[in-house]
Amino acid sequence: MTDTKSANIETVKIQDIELEVERRGSGAPLVLLDDEESLTRESGVVDELAKSFEVIIPEAPGFGKSSRPDWIESMDDISYIMLDYLDQAGIEKATLLGFSLGGWIAAEMATKNLARIGRLALVDPYGIKVGGPWDRDIQDIWFLTKEEVQALKYADPANGEIDYTEMPDEKLEVVARNRESFARFCWQPYMHNPKLKRRLHRIDVPALVIWGAEDGVVTPDYGKAYADKIPGARFEVIADGGHFPHLEQPAAFMDVLGGFLAEAQKAA
Amino acid sequence: MYCWHFTEMPYPDHPDPDTVPSVRVSLPNKHFDPKLGADLYNRYLDEHLIADDLGLNIMLNEHHQTATCLDVAAPLSAAILARQTSKARICILGNPMSNRADPIRVAEEMAMIDCISRGRLDAGFVRGVPYEVFAANTNPTQTLERLWEGIDLCVKAWTHRDGCFNFEGKFWHKRSVNIWPTPYQKPHPPVWITGSSDKENIREVARRGFTFAMFLQPHVKVREMFDAYRECSIYDDPEDVRRHIAYMPLVATGETEEEAEGFAKKVAWYLGAKTAPQFRNPPGYVPVSFNVNALKGTYSGRTDAVRTKGIEYLKEQGVLMYGTPDQVFEQVEAFYGHVGGFGQLLMMQQAGHMTHEETVKSMTLFAKEVYPRIREEFDFKPANKGAAAQ
Repeated sequence: MTDTKSANIETVKIQDIELEVERRGSGAPLVLLDDEESLTRESGVVDELAKSFEVIIPEAPGFGKSSRPDWIESMDDISYIMLDYLDQAGIEKATLLGFSLGGWIAAEMATKNLARIGRLALVDPYGIKVGGPWDRDIQDIWFLTKEEVQALKYADPANGEIDYTEMPDEKLEVVARNRESFARFCWQPYMHNPKLKRRLHRIDVPALVIWGAEDGVVTPDYGKAYADKIPGARFEVIADGGHFPHLEQPAAFMDVLGGFLAEAQKAA
Repeated sequence: MYCWHFTEMPYPDHPDPDTVPSVRVSLPNKHFDPKLGADLYNRYLDEHLIADDLGLNIMLNEHHQTATCLDVAAPLSAAILARQTSKARICILGNPMSNRADPIRVAEEMAMIDCISRGRLDAGFVRGVPYEVFAANTNPTQTLERLWEGIDLCVKAWTHRDGCFNFEGKFWHKRSVNIWPTPYQKPHPPVWITGSSDKENIREVARRGFTFAMFLQPHVKVREMFDAYRECSIYDDPEDVRRHIAYMPLVATGETEEEAEGFAKKVAWYLGAKTAPQFRNPPGYVPVSFNVNALKGTYSGRTDAVRTKGIEYLKEQGVLMYGTPDQVFEQVEAFYGHVGGFGQLLMMQQAGHMTHEETVKSMTLFAKEVYPRIREEFDFKPANKGAAAQ
């Protein structure tokens, strides 16, 4: 997917799944779990991180070019596959950084097994339900128009404009399949695992939760409630950032993440 | 060939389309007047009784959260008609199995209707149109898997006669299934399934010996899908293959061309009913290849062409058959030729603001002046007569 010359993309077999894994840069391992649109992977954020870390990007089953057997049905399934990957790749003391859906996967992984995870950073993750049955905690992006969704996702909706008409088919297939997989895993319960909220207390590594102040899909209030469930987690808000604050405000985002990662590097 | 009367039982009075984003899924039900609803239900059921008197069969369907279709429970309509009609076969097309909570409940309902009607039920199953996933909350990427698992479970419940069986599938778990009653027809009522573009699924319908039905598509597309069905049909006799192939156009028959055109414009209302774009293509309902084209802007839903073009185009395509009895017969005949033959003509003869009097006039003209010619021209060979649809 990426045009970066230094890109090193391999296919790793986990059970019956072909997992697409990209590695960039060198240094302590930073496992980056991409958002559901595979946008982060192509952003400058990865290049910045690759200056100090070996950034390892395993695409979740059904996303990017990773395969999706029928038995994979939930973030619960996917998080186990990702833990299997960490074992198989022999990654130690990883910094686990997840964006949006990838943040949810990272949170699931961290509640299950921290043996290979040194610290955790989540950026506008989905995954929990905060309110009661009548509350709309996470805006229903599949019920709304494209324009309404862009307005919720971005501080400035123009930042979310993508011209698909000029995109090669190979890339469009990834976009279309990402959307399909996202719905397959997150349709019901809508964008959350009812059990996850009761498991976040198990995360006993340093944790940072970053949120876009203008995220309208999952608001900063939701983010604060999420962070509060993780013992000792720091919660940081990025001004003028939406659901993907790292894409809209990369400098401010790297400032916040930078301090946290510097500690990670020192610890490694 | 058998002919079937159909209406979606529409609630025709919608707000100005410019003032609402969609008449399906999200149109507030404050626009529904139950007094008018009561009149409409009774009127549409009366029209089905008239169809029975006229020698037409009856088709029913259901949709949810939409002003285009007040029949939200086809088994309820079928139960009423099973009791109130005497000759017509009653086809539910269909039970939205993918969106049903419990296939065993469906098996029981169908068995009961089949008994009340003394074996006049055709039990159709549908995956459900895209916008139904919002009302049912069915995962749009799993509708086909649910459809087949549900059908398998339902057919097993109909045909298993020796006490309880268990089932632990992907979507449903049952510890002890043993339905009472069983269907009147043995081994079970004819099963019908709809399709529009997924050839592999159509082949699966054929391999099981079920009837395949297609709705409101241009004849070239219909031919392609019917050919896919014929390739895999389990029936040796071409007459039996044909008997298991159904098509639904809009049909409007008038005494004069002018009258027919007036009726045609009214039934074409159905194709123009406004649905918000996100409801027409939820993620994963159609394959990735379709959505690649959607991203390029060359595909915007399953029925775009028929929604936007006029009645002349619809007539050429066989989506809307209208005219004097002679003209309607000629259009059926032409369509039959275009698609390589079919055995069941499902006719949406009422939609939108087509009044009771107009509907009855159109139905009656069809039944008395078109249907006899169709029976003569496209009848099944004598050896197969009386075998109904399956």
